[in-house]
Amino acid sequence: MATEADDLKFRDPEAAQELAADIERQMERIDHPVEIMHVCGSHEQVIAKFGLRSMLPSDLSVTMGPGCPVCVTNMPEVDEAVALAEAGTTVATYGDMFRVPGTVKSLADAKAEGAAVEVVYSASEAVEYAAAHPDEDVVFFATGFETTAAPTAAVLQADPPENFYVLSAHKYVPPAMEVVAEMPDTDVDAFLAAGHAATITGYGLFEEFVDEYDTPVVVGGFEPLDVLYGVRRILEFVESGTSGLDNAYPRCVSRDGNEAAMSAIDEVFALTSGEWRGIADIPDANFVLREAYAAHSARRQFDVDPVSGDGDPLTEECICGDIMAGTATPEDCALFGEECTPQNPVGACMVSDEGTCKIRHEYGGHPEL
Amino acid sequence: MSDDARDEETVTVAHGGGTGRTRDFLEDSVVPRFGGDADGLAVGLDALDDGAVHEVGDRSVVVTTDSHVVSPLSFPGGDIGRLAVSGTVNDLAVMGATEPLSLTCSLVVEEGVSVGLLEDVLDSMQAACEAAGCAVTTGDTKVMGSGDVDGVVINTTGVGVLPQGAHVPDAGLSPGDKLVVSGPVGDHGITLLAEREGFDIEGDLTSDVAPVNDLVAAALDAGTVTAMTDPTRGGLSTALNEMARKADVGALVDETAVPVRDSVAATGELLGIDPFDVANEGTVVFGVDAATADAVVDALRATPLGAEAAVVGEAVTEHTGRVVLDTGFGRRYLSEPEGEQLPRIC
Amino acid sequence: MCLGVPGEIREIDGTEAVADFWGVERRVRLDVVGDAVEVGDYILNHAGFAIRKIPEREVEETMAIYESLFGDDVDEALDEIGAPRGADIDLGGEQGDAEADAAVPGDTDGD
Repeated sequence: MATEADDLKFRDPEAAQELAADIERQMERIDHPVEIMHVCGSHEQVIAKFGLRSMLPSDLSVTMGPGCPVCVTNMPEVDEAVALAEAGTTVATYGDMFRVPGTVKSLADAKAEGAAVEVVYSASEAVEYAAAHPDEDVVFFATGFETTAAPTAAVLQADPPENFYVLSAHKYVPPAMEVVAEMPDTDVDAFLAAGHAATITGYGLFEEFVDEYDTPVVVGGFEPLDVLYGVRRILEFVESGTSGLDNAYPRCVSRDGNEAAMSAIDEVFALTSGEWRGIADIPDANFVLREAYAAHSARRQFDVDPVSGDGDPLTEECICGDIMAGTATPEDCALFGEECTPQNPVGACMVSDEGTCKIRHEYGGHPEL
Repeated sequence: MSDDARDEETVTVAHGGGTGRTRDFLEDSVVPRFGGDADGLAVGLDALDDGAVHEVGDRSVVVTTDSHVVSPLSFPGGDIGRLAVSGTVNDLAVMGATEPLSLTCSLVVEEGVSVGLLEDVLDSMQAACEAAGCAVTTGDTKVMGSGDVDGVVINTTGVGVLPQGAHVPDAGLSPGDKLVVSGPVGDHGITLLAEREGFDIEGDLTSDVAPVNDLVAAALDAGTVTAMTDPTRGGLSTALNEMARKADVGALVDETAVPVRDSVAATGELLGIDPFDVANEGTVVFGVDAATADAVVDALRATPLGAEAAVVGEAVTEHTGRVVLDTGFGRRYLSEPEGEQLPRIC
Repeated sequence: MCLGVPGEIREIDGTEAVADFWGVERRVRLDVVGDAVEVGDYILNHAGFAIRKIPEREVEETMAIYESLFGDDVDEALDEIGAPRGADIDLGGEQGDAEADAAVPGDTDGD
């Protein structure tokens, strides 16, 4: 019964070894170091969890760009959620956000001090919680890229209860790729684009990017073989000295994407400019609720006045932004593994399960294991 | 720490999570206050082992204690009663005391809990005692006001006796020792997560909660066990890291050799939680002298709980204090989880 | 980002469905899946929502690509698989089949 689903795992180690051997031959022919940036924390997760980095030649580096929605959620956005929780609303959020530090505290800290914070697996679960607790004001602190923006949009379109509100920190990936590509210190040979975000947006979106920046983009999936295959496709571009766009994850990504999801997002959200933590103020990359949904907008319905303090003085030394821009590695940071650990994180990259620093701390980097 | 800083810092769930924060709390706040010597103390508080060992005459006396809280109180495969007995019997067993001498039962109950529920829990404790070959010999009952405690909390303390020096610490690994797990990992933690309101995962998920003293006895009879522990909070990841760190060795583990049930693996994938990082309540990790590893695995497999026992790796001289996992693709560190395991969407 | 897990639809009730994920079942919402979904179809679940119906044909083709890679001449094998099947799989280096004039679906500029 599970055979077909097993096929969807794409986890054959022998096949992976052969792909890795291919990649090694490609790198021998290319004969210069290559840097690939992926823009997806789940890519980083699969690379680290399966130990794929240790399969790749040392002159091929695969680094993570601004692909972790938790990491790029701006501190004041966390502060807003904390302020709402402390003001007596129930804040529901994904487990990923629970421990992310705001300026003064995280939602986990607020909960420890008595605030109502619920970890949910799904936007629909937050709605169900609101329906089951009509006496509470339930604020869904909605984070993530297109993939979670679509579910948030869907629950708002489906006439949620009056006591359900959304605090949107949703982000839109493509403009951030452009910002990173334009950074003077960024020296990336190619991008491995995020397959699940592209499931929503479609890969056609990257055509202009490829033309504009003359850099290859390959949309990749999330099983070990998918990632290695994506890398292999990228190296074909590099070897031939051409740029171009390729979809290496066709079972989930089409050229036009998921139009139903995009139209839900478009109906519910507008794009506005805003700060991505540690990276830059990015134009048209933050999703905010449209006027038609003001009745469910936490920002419109509550007088959110986040307490902001100086925060941890160490945050001044934190180089999360440079790491996410691909211009530095965790090992370049004086705090890494010292003052900044998963237990006592300074920057968001050390909190998120898909943050580069946490992943590097947990799994090791390009280790000689 | 200054008084101000002390008052500002609050206890969080992470302090009880069984991993780094718990260890820091114990080392900073608990051990320095209590770490006194007792006559004939062979394993004390500072070892942060599964129990204390006192040498008394020609015997070693093992003492361990554990307070049990679980939500929900009853779950597939067990309830808080079975957990309360198994947890303490297992802590004795992994110190080498596989025949518990005495068990205490201290109940803290919230006003309003039904007597029927409480009796069900006590029945379950008695059934687990019978399975473990031990008895509750003394106890205490307290009732708190509604809302002052969540349902039922059970503390059990266990005492076991064995020939002097026959205890097995969790710090005894030497390079070359094989690492053996007694059964599938992640069952208890993943089952409880799947039961949590809202996650609603249906499947063949059952906690492994059970007394393991017979299983440990079979291993001790069959070969040379150099170290053992039960991978409860923090899971297999934490247990292996602690064993490596305490013995100043590295551990090299073959991920594909570690038994994990399909349903547990699938739930882990869905929730973004690694089965290696969550609690087990009927599973043991052994360090075994390499020459007797096969015999130990065979003996474990002959026990009811050990059918899937397997050699999963070995202790090595490199990577001191760390665990290196061979994933079948490449290699990476296996690290301890931080605090409570939460489902993630990223 | 985005932990996506493939599952097989077991029951459908309006926009709610139950899917099997390697032997365990969980509810999944179909609001934004974008295709007609029937019992037996595979979907990609993300945070409790199906965000894509996974066509069986594409799964087979992906398998075929990976399997073909392990032949003697990888590039030739790629061409062999790529040329006749075409469709949504882009195997060549350049975007020969991209329709430059098609609307970009990600254009969600706010107003």
